Amino acid sequence: MISEICGTLIKKEQIKGISETRIKSMYERMVLLRLVEEKVADLVSQKRVFCPCHLYEGQEAVAVGVCESLVKEDYVFSTHRSHGHYLAKGGDLKAMIAELFGRGTGCSKGRGGSMHLVATDIGFPGSSAIVAGTIPISVGAALSFSIRCKRNVSVAFFGDGAANEGVFYESLNFASLRKLPVIFICENNFYTTHMPVSAMHADTDLFRKAGVFNIYSIRIDGNNVLEVFKTAKEAIERARNGDGPALIECLTYRWRGHVGPNYDIDKGLREKAELEWWMKNCPVKRIERLLVEEGILSASEIGHTKERIMDEIEEAVSFAERSPFPER
Amino acid sequence: MRRITFAQAINETFHQMMERDKSLFLIGQGVTSPWYVGTTTVGLYERFGDGRVIDTPVSENGITGAAVGAAIAGMRPVVMHPRMDFMYLAMDQIINHAGNWRYMFGDQVSVPLTVWGIINRGGEQAAQHSQAIHSMFAHAPGLKVVMPGTPYDAKGLLVSSIYDDDPVIFVDDRWLYSIEGDVPEEIYTVPIGKGVVRKEGDDITVAATSYMVHEASKAALSLKEQGIDAEVLDLRTIKPIDEGLLFDSVRKTGRLVIADGGWKTCGVAAEVSALVSENCFEYLKAPVVRVTLPDTPAPASSALEKKYYPGAGDIVRAVKNVVGRR
Repeated sequence: MISEICGTLIKKEQIKGISETRIKSMYERMVLLRLVEEKVADLVSQKRVFCPCHLYEGQEAVAVGVCESLVKEDYVFSTHRSHGHYLAKGGDLKAMIAELFGRGTGCSKGRGGSMHLVATDIGFPGSSAIVAGTIPISVGAALSFSIRCKRNVSVAFFGDGAANEGVFYESLNFASLRKLPVIFICENNFYTTHMPVSAMHADTDLFRKAGVFNIYSIRIDGNNVLEVFKTAKEAIERARNGDGPALIECLTYRWRGHVGPNYDIDKGLREKAELEWWMKNCPVKRIERLLVEEGILSASEIGHTKERIMDEIEEAVSFAERSPFPER
Repeated sequence: MRRITFAQAINETFHQMMERDKSLFLIGQGVTSPWYVGTTTVGLYERFGDGRVIDTPVSENGITGAAVGAAIAGMRPVVMHPRMDFMYLAMDQIINHAGNWRYMFGDQVSVPLTVWGIINRGGEQAAQHSQAIHSMFAHAPGLKVVMPGTPYDAKGLLVSSIYDDDPVIFVDDRWLYSIEGDVPEEIYTVPIGKGVVRKEGDDITVAATSYMVHEASKAALSLKEQGIDAEVLDLRTIKPIDEGLLFDSVRKTGRLVIADGGWKTCGVAAEVSALVSENCFEYLKAPVVRVTLPDTPAPASSALEKKYYPGAGDIVRAVKNVVGRR
């Protein structure tokens, strides 16, 4: 069933209604998220970065697809796995890498580390490492929009594990009661740290949990950036128009272990074949293949894009390593 | 000056502040109830409507988190917990989130939130409806904790809490609600972190919090008749404690009794004692003594409650022990 949802090619009909510029821009952002996480994995392996890093590799389509419909006055609240959300919302790369290095030039001035990124100027007011912690906070930001009659939305990104916290249900209920402009993005990557979702949830159809609160909810292929974009765009527009919250369960897969650069295969937490299947159905490759087939991007353009982004990342690393440590 | 009750002072503050500041809203379980919160919220719903006076489901952590989120987004919410026992359910949002947020993000995001918690001691309400858990919040970084004991301070400290750019835990006590006092009609502030001398004296300092200030004042009258001149301090804020006022008083009297309505171990009284021993050791003529709740849960039976809750008599006995007179 998962293979039917997440293992298919992205159909060219799905491009319809989305401009080429937009698709290219989403693709480039996904490449950025991917290459950054690969670099961070190396930095952790090389013991140049010490803070715990929960890598987003494999889940790029979710953050990019959702954030594409947001403006900077909209809020995104994130979790311990925050790199992708921060970058997708438009957070500064240098400030993020410097934060991982614990430097005073970091986005949180070296006080937050990987799990606590912030970018106030682009609507990213913080990420919490307490599972489900930012879900009620997102609801509160939406409440402030509602009280002040603003047409902004608030987005809560969280994982499948957070859907087992009591405060998740409290938040859904209150958001629905007051029809708040909040979008709940549940990234179901099939593992709550080391435990499979099926061992943690009595009902693994996580999106159904919002239905009982009369919240529009849907499960989608979270590795198809076009599907994420369209579904999120519709939900965001409804929320802006005062039609209340939505919950989107995005099926996706985290390539690395819960924390750090390893793949958890050696520890026996999951099968090698399973990881390989997801890598074959990589969200970046899936959109890349369509772009090439449709003649929107050529192989050489893709190569140049990746080189340019790698240069930016190397520059950010060099900036971080040159930066001073914080004094207080 | 005009005299009104503690509850009226809080009610008036909300009416005036909500009129003045459109970013202020009140949220919590029972804010529209005629009995949950005494008379402190009378008329607010009718005047400011459902958008700014929000009665909520029984979801302490979720609702407190929503208030935190609204504060991060630039509002100045007051989230009310009609029995502060239930604030334990919201500890995650208060301590992990509101308290840490500013520091964790390099001073770039503030959380101008007031968390209003009400102590409901006595009344045969037993262990889960009568607790005074203010010291729990004083322990965690990033939070200020105020405990007004008079109608004047209730208004002034509530205004200061609302104006403060960081989270403030505002703790009052239902036993204070009918107490009358002088309260100016206009909006004013009482600074957070400043205590006050309620009665001057030379023989011993009695530092008290919230309702225990009134017990300490009664004790001081009785002690005066017995020839002991006690100085009564109302701490008003328990985090940060007004160290200057405390140390000056102890350096003058050389003796200290602390009266607090919380438990003994790791409580405010313990903290005051530690501060004094660290900073005024050479001035002390006798050991510091704490008058607090015993380290046990609250009982229901009024017969047991009489033994459980300390009052003026306990303070008098403690003072006499310290002063060494009978």
